[in-house]
Amino acid sequence: MDTFLLYSGLALVLIMILSMYRGIVGPTVLDRIISVNAVGSKTVVLLIIIGFLYGRVDMFVDIALAYAMLNFVAVLAAAKYFYKRRGLHEEPGQGARLTDLPEREEENA
Amino acid sequence: MILNIVVITFMLMGLFFYVGGTVGILRLPDFYTRLHAAGKLDTLGALAMLFGLALFNLHEFNIDTLQVALKIMLAVAFVFIASPTATHAITDAGLVGGLPPWRKHARAGLFSPAAYREPKKRKER
Repeated sequence: MDTFLLYSGLALVLIMILSMYRGIVGPTVLDRIISVNAVGSKTVVLLIIIGFLYGRVDMFVDIALAYAMLNFVAVLAAAKYFYKRRGLHEEPGQGARLTDLPEREEENA
Repeated sequence: MILNIVVITFMLMGLFFYVGGTVGILRLPDFYTRLHAAGKLDTLGALAMLFGLALFNLHEFNIDTLQVALKIMLAVAFVFIASPTATHAITDAGLVGGLPPWRKHARAGLFSPAAYREPKKRKER
């Protein structure tokens, strides 16, 4: 059973590496936030599996819970920041639609 | 023995859903569709894998392992609250920030969020 836990943990690490692809080459900043969120939610499971492998589940469960809350707060803070201004998530050179968009003051008028 | 089979079934199901979410993140054409795949499948993957791990923890049933299993289910409950909230927040940031949704036959530059909101503006005036 330990072998199965070890290999499922390795599969989780492989999945996390694959979803980091979107964080590295993602077209917008929000794609990178998605990647970070996905990796964080897989890390919670991976931490508990590591706890089983080391035989210290009671300690690693607390670490996993703290990590889940930290990931949630980080994603909410990043989303709140990019909520602020129109076109803030565009990366220079990639999208370059920042000048095409109207200002927000014109919309509200 | 039966418990091991149940645990392995749950964890393979969770791994299947995680693989599906990752394929969605990698291959879907748009930010919103990627976020949909990630948010949906990550939640069910975390549920299945953590439930399997909590069952595996109850191999020797006493008060300590019961407490640890309840903590793992607490992590499941937290993921169930936090993941849709985070998905909603990121989607809202994308919509307000003016990221156009993907359309199958749209040419580049045809769609802009200003055109998307034009009828509402006319109604206000």
